[in-house]
Amino acid sequence: MTVGADPLPLAAAALLASAYLFGVSRDRRGWRRRRTAAWLAGCALLAVALGPPALLPAGPSGHMAQHLLLGMLAPVALVFGAPVTLLLRVARPPVRRAVGRLLRSRPVHLLGHPATAVLLGTGGLYLVLLTPLYAAAESHRWLHHGLHLHYLLAGYLFAWSVAGPDPAPRRPGLPVRAGALFVAAAGHAVLAKYLYARADTLPPGLDGRDVAALREAARLMYYGGDLAELLLATALFAAWYRRRAPRAGGRAGTPPHTRPIGRLASHDHAGEYWRA
Amino acid sequence: MDDRRSTAAGAVIGVAVMAAVDEIVFHQVLGWHHFYDRSTPSVALLSDGLLHAAELLALVGGFFWFADLRRRGVLAARSAWGGFLLGAGAFQLFDGIVDHKVLRLHQIRYGVHLLPYDVVWNVAGAVLLLAGAALTWRAWSRPAGTP
Repeated sequence: MTVGADPLPLAAAALLASAYLFGVSRDRRGWRRRRTAAWLAGCALLAVALGPPALLPAGPSGHMAQHLLLGMLAPVALVFGAPVTLLLRVARPPVRRAVGRLLRSRPVHLLGHPATAVLLGTGGLYLVLLTPLYAAAESHRWLHHGLHLHYLLAGYLFAWSVAGPDPAPRRPGLPVRAGALFVAAAGHAVLAKYLYARADTLPPGLDGRDVAALREAARLMYYGGDLAELLLATALFAAWYRRRAPRAGGRAGTPPHTRPIGRLASHDHAGEYWRA
Repeated sequence: MDDRRSTAAGAVIGVAVMAAVDEIVFHQVLGWHHFYDRSTPSVALLSDGLLHAAELLALVGGFFWFADLRRRGVLAARSAWGGFLLGAGAFQLFDGIVDHKVLRLHQIRYGVHLLPYDVVWNVAGAVLLLAGAALTWRAWSRPAGTP
C-alpha cells in the first residue's frame, strides 16, 4: 500500500505558514523579507512533499525525492526563516523569558549540539534504510507519518545547530560545526552509494523489488543532498565572514555614532547576543 | 600582504575545484568513471563519500577565506594563484597515482587501453604542481613591500 495525500500534514504546513505571517504582521520593527520568503518556501516544500502524489515521480525515486524535501531542503528553508527570533520579537515578556530559559537549559544544549543532530539525522537514516523499518513504514500509516515527522525535526535540528540564524546559546565554534556538516554529508553520500551497490537486498524486506528503480533512487539521494549541504555550508561560512568584518571605528568601519540603532536588533546574529 | 594564508586559501580552492572537475566532467559529462560497478571495492564507497563531502566544504570555505583575505587587504594574488595550482596539481597527481594505481579504487576510463590516459592525467597533474611551485616560490621570495 502506498500512503497517498493526507489532509493532516497539509493542514500542518498551512498552519505553520499562517502562524509565521501572523507573527510578521505583529512585528513593528520591520521583519526582513528574505526571512519570510525562506519560511514560506519551506512550507511550500513541505506541501509538495506531503501533498498530491502526482507532484512527485512514482516509485522509489518519488519516495526519495519526498524524503530529501522533508528531511533536508524544507528544514533548511524553515531554519533560515528564524522563527524563534521572530517569536522573541513579538511575544509578550513572560513568553520571551520562558523561551530564553528553555534555550539556556542543559537538555536544549545537549539536544542542540551538532553531534546530537548528526546522530539523530544521519544515524536515523541508516537505521531506517538498513533495517526492515523502511518496509514496515510502507504499510503502517502512523509509522509512515512518524518517520516523516522524525525526518523533518531531525533535519531542522541539524540545520539550526550547524548554521541557523536563531539564537543558540553555547553553540560550538566553526571547526565543530563544519566537522558535523562534513560527517553528515559524507555519511549521507556513503549510505547512498551503499544502497546503490546493494540494491538487490537493501532496504530489507521490500515486496516486489525493482532493483533498477531503487538504484535510481540511491543516485538521486547521492546528488540530491548536495543542494541542502551547499546551502548550509554557505550559511555557515558566510556567518564566519560577517563576524570577522572589521569593527566599526576601525580603519575601514563607520564611526559608531553614525550606525543606525535598529540594525543591532535586526542583525542576523541574534545568536551572538545569547552567548554573552 | 599575507603570503602564507593567501597560498593556503588558494590551495584549498585548487583541491576542491579539481575534485569537482573530476566529478562533474569525468563522471557526469563524459561518463567515463562509473557511479558504481561490481569491481568497485567497498573502501571506494567510503572514500567517494568522504571526498564528496570534503570537496563541498573546501569549495565554500575556501572562497569565504579568500574573500576575507581580500576584504582585509592582505591577499597576495600571486601567492593565491600559486597555491591554487599547487592544490589542483597535488589533487590530480594524488588521484592519478594513489587512487587509480596504488589503491586501484577506479580507473580513468573502462574498456580502453589505459596507458595513454594515465600518462596524460599524471603529466597534467605534474605540470600544474610544478607551475604552482614555481609561482609560489617567486611570490614568496620577492623583496618585501612589492605587490
